[in-house]
Amino acid sequence: MFELIGVPPQALFGQVLLGLINGSFYAILSLGLAVIFGLLNVINFAHGAQYMMGAFVAWMGLNYLGLNYWAALLLAPLVVGAVGIAMERLLLKRIVHVDHLYGLLLTFGLALIIQGLFRNQYGSSGLPYQIPPELRGGQNLGFMFLPYYRGWVVVASLVVCVATWFMIEKTKLGAYLRAATENPTLTQAFGINVPLLVTLTYGFGVALAAFAGVLAAPIYSVNPNMGADLIIVVFAVVVIGGMGSIMGAIVTGFSLGLVEGLTKVFYPEASATVIFIIMVLVLLVKPAGLFGRPA
Amino acid sequence: MFSRKTFVAATALIGLMTSPALAQQISIKAGVLNDRSGVYADLTGEGSVIAARMAVEDFKAAEKGIKVEIVSADHQNKPDVGSTIARQWYDQDGVDLILDVPTSSVSLAVSQLTKDKNKVFIVSGGGTADLTGKACNANTIHWTYDTYALAQGTGGAMVKAGGDSWFFLTADYAFGHALERDTSAVVQKAGGKVLGTVRTPFPGSDFSSFLLQAQASKAKVIGLANAGGDLTNSVKQASEFGITQGGQKLAGLLVFISDIHALGLQAAQGLVLTESFYWDRDDQTRAWSTRFAKLNGGKQPTMVHAGVYSGLLHYLKAVEATKTKDSATVIAKMKELPTDDPLFGKGSVRADGRKMHDMYLYEVKKPAESKGPWDYYKQIAVLPAEQAFRPLDAGDCPLIKK
Repeated sequence: MFELIGVPPQALFGQVLLGLINGSFYAILSLGLAVIFGLLNVINFAHGAQYMMGAFVAWMGLNYLGLNYWAALLLAPLVVGAVGIAMERLLLKRIVHVDHLYGLLLTFGLALIIQGLFRNQYGSSGLPYQIPPELRGGQNLGFMFLPYYRGWVVVASLVVCVATWFMIEKTKLGAYLRAATENPTLTQAFGINVPLLVTLTYGFGVALAAFAGVLAAPIYSVNPNMGADLIIVVFAVVVIGGMGSIMGAIVTGFSLGLVEGLTKVFYPEASATVIFIIMVLVLLVKPAGLFGRPA
Repeated sequence: MFSRKTFVAATALIGLMTSPALAQQISIKAGVLNDRSGVYADLTGEGSVIAARMAVEDFKAAEKGIKVEIVSADHQNKPDVGSTIARQWYDQDGVDLILDVPTSSVSLAVSQLTKDKNKVFIVSGGGTADLTGKACNANTIHWTYDTYALAQGTGGAMVKAGGDSWFFLTADYAFGHALERDTSAVVQKAGGKVLGTVRTPFPGSDFSSFLLQAQASKAKVIGLANAGGDLTNSVKQASEFGITQGGQKLAGLLVFISDIHALGLQAAQGLVLTESFYWDRDDQTRAWSTRFAKLNGGKQPTMVHAGVYSGLLHYLKAVEATKTKDSATVIAKMKELPTDDPLFGKGSVRADGRKMHDMYLYEVKKPAESKGPWDYYKQIAVLPAEQAFRPLDAGDCPLIKK
């Protein structure tokens, strides 16, 4: 049996696959952030809280209304997206004209409030959520045991990422969006309702976070802090990919998941920091990010 | 008229003299200092305050001429915040004793401060065995559990049951390292082997990669030297990756019933753990826990809550016996009086401040075995206090050498 740098190849394949799976969460979350930043110029610090809300809505649907996982996968993004739309209309809209920093502070404050409310209501240790019966169990791939649910996570997030990219880059709606980003005044002059586009975009970005939250509910602990722990890494992913770049967010999300996965084999202690090291290096060499255009 | 007035006055005077209200009243202020907003809020938090109030009520303090006031605060699991609150409580607010204090680093800081201020500290939430070891002092009593007893319980019992090869998933900070070190020592002493260990960044959300490494090691037992969210995540994912179904056993080295509640039995089944209290152990614990749950939004008590109750009750007994709240006198009495309460049974407080009681080894039930909400544990073994806790002379406690 040959070994690669002291690790049997079987173990390595397994870790590569696991890295991709974690990368799918990074990809969906950073995609939402990138979409919101691209159009609204808002650094949405509430993204983690919205991801957490997605998981909680799934839990509530199951326990209060008897809705299963699949219904939650549809419903939670809609509910949380609607909350996001309300936030945009009531609060974010009022600060679009001022510096980015205000949006960041506002959303950060909102995130803390939302987390506090959930902690008050549901405690801090978390809530149980089961893997849906259709996806229990797994397949032995020879080099590792792949739970069906993890496979589903990769497929679902790839589909969502590609669809979002397609919508923004290849459709008419996407063209409007991009035009509104480039020059809102001119776009409005063409008779396009830019404020509505902005609101819906924020709602969509938030819905993506909630979708990731539902995907995460069966495998991660559903607790009020689940988003706060993840969001910092996701921000690093967005910065590496290039703020506002859709493709950048997707590609970096998956590839950093991979890098992190490999670090977990070779030097586990550094696996939480490796992404930030890469971030520093990228910022030094390419300040606009790997896929970003220099401003 | 005159004679009647005298009569009334005389009666009133006699009444006053015989009523306990006139007997010298002692008023005590107890501070419950713990995590009220973070990861340990469910297993300590408001529940500990409820438990303290129940102790005052059950002791019938008012009838015995002891007035007890309970205050509480959130130390946010930060030693600096905890010390500041404790200092203010002792210096300005007239607090006589502090209870609970989870997070070992905070409890060590409060213990030192309590010694400097000559007050009383009864630890329930904090886990480090150093509190009665090299950091022990005459003002601190460690009530509910400690890392040594957890390692002894879970580590020793699993090896005895045939789990003689271990792989550790260790949270990469002081607490995790200590737990891993203590448990490894127990495992090796009992004739077991440690095949490997992986240090996981703290806090973490995805443990699948580490679990696969543990799986590949073919160790019979995977020791989880972590707590809170790290623990729930690793247990949840171990079940997802079929690790327990594959024959490897998970050993939770610090698990509270609130964690099991958060996991659900489907994911937590089969987990082996050590606790000093379980609400459903006997009639007395059930009766107490039913009262507690009513006050705590239906949630059953953790061993930390039980320890706060039991510790305060014993303190009040010592105050009653000595008729003073002088710290040295009360603590001496607490160490002299045997302990006895419905939750921990009979026990004692050792010279180094270690409260001695039995520990219990539990296995988490399968969903089919559970009869209802919070019916989570089956008992596998009882560890007598003398075996569970570190021998008096082995802890390097300065109080003992002299």
